[in-house]
Amino acid sequence: MARTRKGEAPAEKATDTGVNAFVGKEELLKFYQDMLLIRRFEERAGQLYGMGLIGGFCHLYIGQEAIAVGMQSISHKGDQIITGYRDHGHMLAAGMDPKEVMAELTGRAGGSSRGKGGSMHMFDIATGFYGGHGIVGAQVALGTGLALANHYQGNGNVSYAYFGDGAANQGQVYESFNMAQLWKLPVVYVIENNQYAMGTSVERSASETAFHKRGVSFRIPGEEVDGMDVVAVREAGARASEHARSGQGPYILEMKTYRYRGHSMSDPAKYRTKEEVDEVKTTRDPIDHIKERLAAAGVTEDDLKTVDAEVKRIVAEAAEFARTSPEPDPSELYTDVYLEAAE
Amino acid sequence: MTDILMPALSPTMEEGTLAKWLVKEGDTIKAGDVIAEIETDKATMEVEAVDEGVVEAILVPAGSENVKVNTIIAKLAGEDGASASAAPAAAPVVAEAAPAPVAAAPAPIAAASNFADPELPEGTPTKKITVRDALRDAMAEEMRRDDRVFLMGEEVAQYQGAYKVSRELLQEFGDKRVIDTPITEHGFAGMGVGAAMAGLKPIVEFMTWNFAMQAIDHIINSAAKTLYMSGGQIKSSIVFRGPNGAASRVGAQHSQDYAAWYGNIPGLKVIAPYDAADAKGLLKAAIRDPNPIVFLEHEMMYGHEFDIPDVEDYVVPIGKAKVRRQGTDVTLVAYSRMVGFALQAAEALAAEGISAEVVDLRTIRPMDHATILESVKKTNRLVTVEEGWGPMGVGSEIVARITEFGFDYLDAPPLRVHQEDVPLPYAANLEALSLPSVDKIVKAAKAVCYR
Repeated sequence: MARTRKGEAPAEKATDTGVNAFVGKEELLKFYQDMLLIRRFEERAGQLYGMGLIGGFCHLYIGQEAIAVGMQSISHKGDQIITGYRDHGHMLAAGMDPKEVMAELTGRAGGSSRGKGGSMHMFDIATGFYGGHGIVGAQVALGTGLALANHYQGNGNVSYAYFGDGAANQGQVYESFNMAQLWKLPVVYVIENNQYAMGTSVERSASETAFHKRGVSFRIPGEEVDGMDVVAVREAGARASEHARSGQGPYILEMKTYRYRGHSMSDPAKYRTKEEVDEVKTTRDPIDHIKERLAAAGVTEDDLKTVDAEVKRIVAEAAEFARTSPEPDPSELYTDVYLEAAE
Repeated sequence: MTDILMPALSPTMEEGTLAKWLVKEGDTIKAGDVIAEIETDKATMEVEAVDEGVVEAILVPAGSENVKVNTIIAKLAGEDGASASAAPAAAPVVAEAAPAPVAAAPAPIAAASNFADPELPEGTPTKKITVRDALRDAMAEEMRRDDRVFLMGEEVAQYQGAYKVSRELLQEFGDKRVIDTPITEHGFAGMGVGAAMAGLKPIVEFMTWNFAMQAIDHIINSAAKTLYMSGGQIKSSIVFRGPNGAASRVGAQHSQDYAAWYGNIPGLKVIAPYDAADAKGLLKAAIRDPNPIVFLEHEMMYGHEFDIPDVEDYVVPIGKAKVRRQGTDVTLVAYSRMVGFALQAAEALAAEGISAEVVDLRTIRPMDHATILESVKKTNRLVTVEEGWGPMGVGSEIVARITEFGFDYLDAPPLRVHQEDVPLPYAANLEALSLPSVDKIVKAAKAVCYR
């Protein structure tokens, strides 16, 4: 399938940042497919949850697809991604196998953590995906540590640490900001501001709601980005990653976005009005947005239908795999607690 | 005529070197004048006069080593005959460490040298080394061996370590591998784990384990659980280390023993060495181990010298207890500094005709239950000793195990010696009452022997 491939040579012309952010028709079509995959995958996950096939917590990424896809499009092979518990979209964007992700959601042996992690705890070193962390804000310190490792090894890689407007109020975020700038670590902090930390709006939880300014007292540059526009995400991501990769230290991107569903499957989302949600869905939807760009670029409805069918097929296959993969063998209970060999 | 005494310049200082006199006999001094420089095992400190007068006699010459705290080092002819004394000019090496009154300094625990590892051949040469330097040597050797190993923490580099455990590592390895962090335990512990996930092998020093409560989320949720949650994909080969337990008169927030806390967590290995050989050998093993390690040192042991095998690459396996004294009547199980207490208690018990076997756990998790059980099979009586609190403690776990797997071998209910169930008090007498002591161990051992 045509998910974003890491390490692809940047195509077309360079911008004044020195980073290629130009988006052509083919790339737009790929973004569309990647975003649609996330949306359809999440819708199916919600359905499987309702059927009792997925248990526990399940946080859907619907509405925020442009961020993971746009940022992935500028990452290099070897770069790392780390995020919180709303993580399925990042996994798919990174290139993890939808079958393994869905089977992890159903707690099966074919899951990416062999059923032992669940929705919030998946990892894949091959695609640079370092989780999947259930403690709000922990991924920021961990992601800064990934950047410390890049800096230590001088490998030129960048770490992308994603977190929400809720995590942005955690103390360790600022401990990490301080050290990242002090040591000029190659990390891009991507704040996905979807307006609500579970049920608490940013106005009720943040004394400064302009999260891109949260790095000011550490001298970390930041910018606000339309997180519903995949092209805007890509362009800002290119500036940020160039800054980090060139040894200038961390960079903050505040992605203005919106989560369509509740915080988790069990959240009725009574803290916001239906009108508010509908307004975003009808005027700012990231997939509608890219469809307009595609139409302008000359992509036909038939072209889109081909993509839709392919996405449908991938999701159906993932759901089927997640349903039929066996539960982990009882012998798995005591594996992976410790590694044996000293080194 | 008044006496100037050798001052205590840290909570645990028992003696020091009088490096230099800055006054000479016949000089007139006033309060606040710097009169001497004293080297402790952690730092060189200036000493100020507290009183005015004429230096009448210097009794301890410059360059004298091992001058005990409270030794009269000079005499001052005061104008009014008031007593004179000296005070440290600067804050001691750890900011929170006020000079400890000498009366409260704990009696040094005899550093009985009996490493006698069965793995080492008879006649293996030994050398004397402090626990502090053994730890330093372990880190230096492993950093030379593997360039993925680095040290980060507060004051580890330029300051040379708050307790001087990382002395001279910056000079050898540079600031890329010996990293001073801001005072930000939660953040740097998380960054250490992130770097470990990326394949490096960090050593994260906590100035004390008490401060690591700010970072415990990353130790447990990020380091200990991720291998399992990732189905074996993401490892955290990381060592968290620093002093654990009670130093001396530093109060409740700086005196906790965390062995039981971390010993509760699957995914962690927890090590608490007693002597220099184990400090070195186990730290080297910990750095090589691919799992997250909690390495509990003891400030009161840093300055103690022990014999250590003078062999290349001395590594002690994790998870093996050590019988430090053979006995037949009662088993004393201890770890860290309490091993010294247990050995002293065994000596006292011997004088009363009770033969005590002392088992040094060395590793808290995974615990070597087999060695404890073998000892109990022989002695049929058990006393556990720990510096932490009793409820849900290390002793509780040992007693539970022995009850499950060695019930028929017990001739008396086991007893646990531990800190009293209160936050550790500051007052010298209350502190002594709260902590385990040789006397408490002796009493418990006699009780299980029905003596």
